[in-house]
Order: sequence, then structure tokens, then C-alpha cells
Amino acid sequence: MNNKIKMSGANEKLLQTPSQTAGPFFAYGLTPEQYQYDFTSIADGGLADEKNGAALITIAGQVFDGEDQPISDALIEIWQADADGNYHTQYHNIPISPYHFTGFGRMGTGANTETGFTFQTIKPGSAEGQAPHVNVIVFMRGLLTHAYTRIYFSDEVAANSKDIVLNSVEEKRRDTLISQLTATAEGHPVYKFDIHMQGGKETVFFDV
Amino acid sequence: MQRDWSVHPPYLYPDYKSTVLRTPTKLLVPLKHSLSEITGPVYGHEVIGKYDHDLTKNGIKDGEPLGERIVVCGKVMDECGKPIRNTLIEIWQANAAGRYIHKVDQHNAPPDPNFFGAGRCLTDDEGNYKFYTIKPGAYPWGNHYNAWRPNHIHFSLFGNNIASRLITQMYFPGDPLFEFDPIFNGVPAKARSLLISKFKLELTEPGFALGYEFNIVLRGNNETPFETK
Ligand SMILES: [Fe+2]
Repeated sequence: MNNKIKMSGANEKLLQTPSQTAGPFFAYGLTPEQYQYDFTSIADGGLADEKNGAALITIAGQVFDGEDQPISDALIEIWQADADGNYHTQYHNIPISPYHFTGFGRMGTGANTETGFTFQTIKPGSAEGQAPHVNVIVFMRGLLTHAYTRIYFSDEVAANSKDIVLNSVEEKRRDTLISQLTATAEGHPVYKFDIHMQGGKETVFFDV
Repeated sequence: MQRDWSVHPPYLYPDYKSTVLRTPTKLLVPLKHSLSEITGPVYGHEVIGKYDHDLTKNGIKDGEPLGERIVVCGKVMDECGKPIRNTLIEIWQANAAGRYIHKVDQHNAPPDPNFFGAGRCLTDDEGNYKFYTIKPGAYPWGNHYNAWRPNHIHFSLFGNNIASRLITQMYFPGDPLFEFDPIFNGVPAKARSLLISKFKLELTEPGFALGYEFNIVLRGNNETPFETK
């Protein structure tokens, strides 16, 4: 073991390895297929399709800086439950989702014709009584430590009004966490969710 | 375990100019962990190709990549020293000349046709990992006049759940550029050395590659009983 992190006392904890920015050049390592590099991707924007046997949705949006300019080198990761509200993870010994759905997606914002991200997924069910939501991790050049937020859904008014996390946010900022049902594409709902790093519409970020 | 803000960089660090318009300005909202935060994606060997851990081989077109071969290994563990087993590590880096294969890298150092610069592996049952690669070169960037990044390898890890997610950079011992680099110095002083790998003769492979050790500590689970020694 490294001398820096040797434990000298029973209650001494190791220091967490510090975060660093993902920088501008992550695409060929983390999202290679999306950016057409010759390397396989472990995840992309397509979390589900018709074969998953649950109602599909699209979540699309852009990431904006403090001058309201769209950011073309952000990395957006999402993590969500399946339609029954179950997270597919071996760690908690939850059985594999009947929807064959892993719940993890990852997209860079610089590969589409319009700067931004588009996830095709299934609408999450309620987990532990929380309103349906998608967990989001934001990385980019200029962000030395990643930021966490959540995507809720505008057509879940009743569930949203009772959600503990939403209610912990001051009322005038809650809208920044709610994706808006704007349209349908190929027969399924499209939710719009923009992320504002700063400004009057600054997205709520959580101390996860 | 909570994110330890005494070791992680703050959001706003004005010497690193891109932070000014891109980092949250309002206080983070506290969030009590639920199933959403204590779960995360799990990857297995199915996502690891034969040469994914060996960047000296995975980009070969018609010859060996140029530069100094190195082996980078270490242990991934939580704050209690408990190994984090079978967790995915992804890396990416510049070539020996300091050039990324990324299409938007405009630095005029030469690309290496036999070096791709990205890889991945899983930690083993003891939390250990190993990559073979080429020592990355320093490269200039536009942050300020005559700005150069110290040699570094980008690391991405999941750990046990989304709360332990980490993207960081591994540096090399004795780099003269440390004191001028606002990304490295964005880390609070007491924690900077945690990002510097150690040269180890015992990890060095005779006649083949210099060995560097880089151990990584991720946030553990709240419910993990503390291991006393
Ligand atoms: Fe870099």
C-alpha cells in the first residue's frame, strides 16, 4: 500500500482521491461510438427501444454557461430505475430488471447537429415512494468536480408535489428540476430538460 | 460517506479560467441518500476487449507506438481501505508528443498512427488494476500565456454507486509544471500529492516498461462497517 495512505490508527480514514476536470478531450475514451472513434462505447444515449417492453420516452436538452451559450464539450450521465421503480444493480442484489434495462446512459453534448444531449429511455417508476426521476451527473471542461442534479417530469404533478427532495428545494427554483413534456416523436413523449450552470435559471445541483 | 470538500477542488477557481462561466454559483442543496444515490451501474468483463488495458497494443496500425513504455498499476479502495472489486476504470491520454487523437485537439505536435490513447479495465478481487501505456507528453493550452499541462492520464471510475463516481487525473512525480498548473492547484494543497503517482522499481518490468503506482480512494458506502486493523 502507498505510504501516503497507510493507516496509522484504527479510526483514521484514507483521504478520497481528489476530482479533476474531464477536460475537452474525453470523447474518444468515454463516448467513442457517438463521436465516431474506433473504440466500443460502454453506454450511449439509447438506453431502451421497443424490445424493452415498456413505454419509451425521449429526454433532450442542452447545457448552458453563464452567458447562455450552449456548451459543446459537456458529458452527461444518467442513472435511473426501470418502469417498476427498480434499479438494476447487482450491488444491492436486486434481480435483473424484467425490462432488460440497465438504467445507465452517457452522452457528450458535442456530437449532434444541435449541441446537446438526447436520451431514449423508459419512464422510471417510483422508487421508495419518491416521484419518478432520473439522476444526472454533469462533467465538463471548467468543472473541476462533477455536479449532480435530477430530472423530474412535468406530467407527474401529484407525485412531484409530495416528493421529499423537490420539497427540500426552495419553491422558485423547483422548476429547474422538472422536464417539460413538449412533443411526441414516433408516438412517444419527448421531455425537454435544459441544464443552466449559472444565471437566473441556474439548475439546482445537489450535494450528493 | 460524504464528498470530502477538504480534498476536492471547489467549483469556482478563477485561475482556471473556464470555471468562471461554467460552475454553479448557488449553494448545493443537501440530499439525503436514497436508493437513487446508493446504486449505480455495474459492468463486467463483457465490456473489456482483449487489449483494452494495453494502450501500447490497442491502437497499432503498422508498428509500435513511439515513446516511453510504462506500466501503471494500483489499488482502488474505499476510505476504510476496503478494496473495491470488479469496478470499471476508463482512461484516456495524449501520446508521447503531447497530442490527443481527439478531432478538436489543434496542438501541432505529431499524432502517432499506432497510438489511440484510451483504454479500460476492471479491478480484480483485491481491487488491483494494471494498464500498459506510453508516457504522455506535456501539451500547451490557452488558459494563460505560455500555459502547459503537466504530463497526466485521465481516469474515470464508478465505484459502488453514483455517489462514488470520480473523474480525475494521474500525474507523474517531480513534474516541473505543477506549480504553474491551475487544474492541479485547484485541489486543496493537502490533497495534491494524492494525484501524483509513485515510481516503483519493483513494478518496473525489466527491459520493457517503467512502473508507476497510483492508488485511488473512492467514497465508500455509509452502511459499510468500518474495518479496524
Ligand atoms: Fe488532458
